[in-house]
Amino acid sequence: MDPGRTYDVLVAGGGNAALCAALTARSAGASVLLLESAPRHFRGGNSRHTRNLRCMHDGPAHPLTGSYRAAEYWQDLLDVTGGQTNETLARLVIAGTAGCREWMTAHGVRFQPSLGGALHLSHTNAFFLGGGKALINAYYRAAARLGVEVEYDAEVRDLDIEDGRFRSASVARDGRVEAVRARAFVAASGGFQANLDWLRAAWGAAADNFLIRGTPYDTGRVLRALMDRGARTTGDPTQCHAVAIDGRAPRFDGGIVTRVDCIPLGIVVNARAERFHDEGEDLWPKRYAIWGRLVARQPGQTAFVIFDARARGLFIPPMLPPVEAPSVRALAGELGLAPDALERTVAAYNDAVRPGAFDHTALDTCSTAGLTPPKSHWARRLDHPPFCAYPLRPGITFTYLGVAVDEQARIIWRDGRPADNLFAAGEIMAGNILGQGYLAGLGMSIGTVFGRRAGEEAARRARN
Amino acid sequence: MPATSSDGAAPQTPKPAPTPDPGRLPLPLVEEGRHAARICNACRYCEGLCPVFPAIERRLDFGERDLRYLANLCHDCGECLDVCQYAPPHAFGVDLPRTLAALRRASYRTYAWPAAPGGLFERSGLSLLLGAAAAPLLFALALGLAAGGDVFLAPHGDEQGAFYQVMPHTAMVGLFGALAAFAAAALLVGLRRCWRDFGRGAGTGPDSAPLRQAVRDIVTLRHLADGDPDGGAFRRWWHHCTFYGFLLCFASTSVAAFYHNVMGWPAPYPLSSVPVLLGSIGGAGLLVGPAGLLWMKLRRPPERQDRAQLGMDLVLLVLLFETSLTGLLLLAARETAAMGVLLGVHLGAVAGLFLLLPYGKFVHGLYRACALVRCALEARS
Repeated sequence: MDPGRTYDVLVAGGGNAALCAALTARSAGASVLLLESAPRHFRGGNSRHTRNLRCMHDGPAHPLTGSYRAAEYWQDLLDVTGGQTNETLARLVIAGTAGCREWMTAHGVRFQPSLGGALHLSHTNAFFLGGGKALINAYYRAAARLGVEVEYDAEVRDLDIEDGRFRSASVARDGRVEAVRARAFVAASGGFQANLDWLRAAWGAAADNFLIRGTPYDTGRVLRALMDRGARTTGDPTQCHAVAIDGRAPRFDGGIVTRVDCIPLGIVVNARAERFHDEGEDLWPKRYAIWGRLVARQPGQTAFVIFDARARGLFIPPMLPPVEAPSVRALAGELGLAPDALERTVAAYNDAVRPGAFDHTALDTCSTAGLTPPKSHWARRLDHPPFCAYPLRPGITFTYLGVAVDEQARIIWRDGRPADNLFAAGEIMAGNILGQGYLAGLGMSIGTVFGRRAGEEAARRARN
Repeated sequence: MPATSSDGAAPQTPKPAPTPDPGRLPLPLVEEGRHAARICNACRYCEGLCPVFPAIERRLDFGERDLRYLANLCHDCGECLDVCQYAPPHAFGVDLPRTLAALRRASYRTYAWPAAPGGLFERSGLSLLLGAAAAPLLFALALGLAAGGDVFLAPHGDEQGAFYQVMPHTAMVGLFGALAAFAAAALLVGLRRCWRDFGRGAGTGPDSAPLRQAVRDIVTLRHLADGDPDGGAFRRWWHHCTFYGFLLCFASTSVAAFYHNVMGWPAPYPLSSVPVLLGSIGGAGLLVGPAGLLWMKLRRPPERQDRAQLGMDLVLLVLLFETSLTGLLLLAARETAAMGVLLGVHLGAVAGLFLLLPYGKFVHGLYRACALVRCALEARS
């Protein structure tokens, strides 16, 4: 990093979107400086925890099976967002994913067939061999090869914007803050989910019980600076990708291994030992992303999934073994729940279970009758000891509040004008497309398509 | 090291699962292995890298036997560490290659027979002193004393039977036959123990496809094909030089024994003969391979290896290199006055190698092959 120099393109962020932008801009001939606020070991932001991207394709193409056409992709997106999406940008992402894999492969990314336990994604999502960190490593190697300048532990604190034009960024590094000038700026620094004060402002005290699944470095500093400088925002600060994870997970960075996938196989109770939602509403891949918000609305933002010996081996076990006890009463004791209340809840559920043919891989015929809330599928009596439980907490993956952008990835000011030389890609602008809900692998699709676009446009802007 | 508990109403850390199988692995190592394997089983991102990960996914919990099996299945290419989102300095501290290397090292001791010399696995200094220094020198000295200076130090022609003027054929065959029989017996007992330890009741049926796959993986070292960021491709070729070099030397000795005992043609043999050709090519492999592997090991960053294993690696590589070097020197100087001394040193090196084979890194080849076969059978069932 050379504060005496004016770079063509300055990229704030060090994850997938930032690297796609930096590699594309560099390939277009621009001089590029990429500023990653994390140390080298934790580079890559949330991309480190990802594993696939959702791609449209008209026929089988390694590693994807079958086909996944644009119309189906668009319908899926419409379903999960309830229409809260910018159709132009969403269709641009969908179309863009068709050509992503070739570009990614050329930059060192390798693919593998769908992972065990994720076979339902085999026709929609291309899995990275070795996961997101392998992809990130490949991109950093490509960046070094192409001559992208990379600084770690370098945080963009503020932006100098004059007459709507980016001039320089204040960069904190080695205990000093220096201004770095560039002809174009790409904001690819993620959401604000690691900023606990900001979460508290949006969610109130409940936020103190949230766990952050990914990088602790996504503090939303660049997002805040852009908002302060007049960028139009999109999305609501309480909207985020949130799943129910093991309550014993660390506050930050627990990633995928804290995920709890056995909710459809048992019942979920809150701290009062009461059920609060249909655990068997739909197939798990279509429901896992609602449970974070459901648990967030419970007292103390905590809940417990309870299952018996018959469920073991039917789901991917999280890293920590479940809490186990020989009886429901003893399990309540282990979990700190009122034993009578838990026994009542389990007994009421067991009495309501109707006979059916159990099949955990499909919408089966095992359901309850006369129970509120019902359990619509996979309802089996809990009577095979040992009884097991995972404590649950809301695990925030990333927040959706972001800056509004246009098709050229240009940031839009509050008066509706697109910025001249400021661009955004990745989680910081994902809210344009994801107003609510989530589709597996969409974050990486948005980051890759908009990252490349932002890099291309930023290089063009800087070079003429 | 379990995940740190978040504040609030989170319950207690669960008790560690009981270990049903009587093993001899140190407990903290077992806990480290179980911690890493559970994280890998929950993550699964590395599923496509090598067979270790599908093998992890076929299990729900990890006892000592499972850990020993996984440890011997691992080729230590290091790629999973490179791509691990939980690698140190992450709080979960997953370093699967290093953890498995430590478990693998411990498993060698578990399988060793007889148990007493198993201590040599950890005492590589002593092994090196005995095998690489004491054995050749003492053997040469003993041979010199037994043969007498006149014979031992005299120049010999290239005539057949020259070696047996220095050491009588019956003595050579008797001694090395006994040593080889001992080494083979000790290795076979270890192999049997390892095979039984890995077994999880995976049935063996008439289907030979998994077995063929395992053999292909063993002879091609498929799992070293790529991956290792420190030069896996080179490691694979050096390993090939060592492995096939060893086999060629073994073949050379076998052909020579056939010539002598069946055909009645005593050594030395002409340069263009089968034993000399096989031995020369194999010997060259045993110079290049071990040297390359050693160079790579010393060059590998310390955080990417199980340092405690370096001694064991060093012993085998030095012994192989020394055996090959003295053998080739003997070939080159067999018509000079140095022949007797060189023969003594070479035979001593071979004796040291034989004695130490069951108590050093050599066993990794057998146990890894065993793990690959088990893995292929398990993947089928």
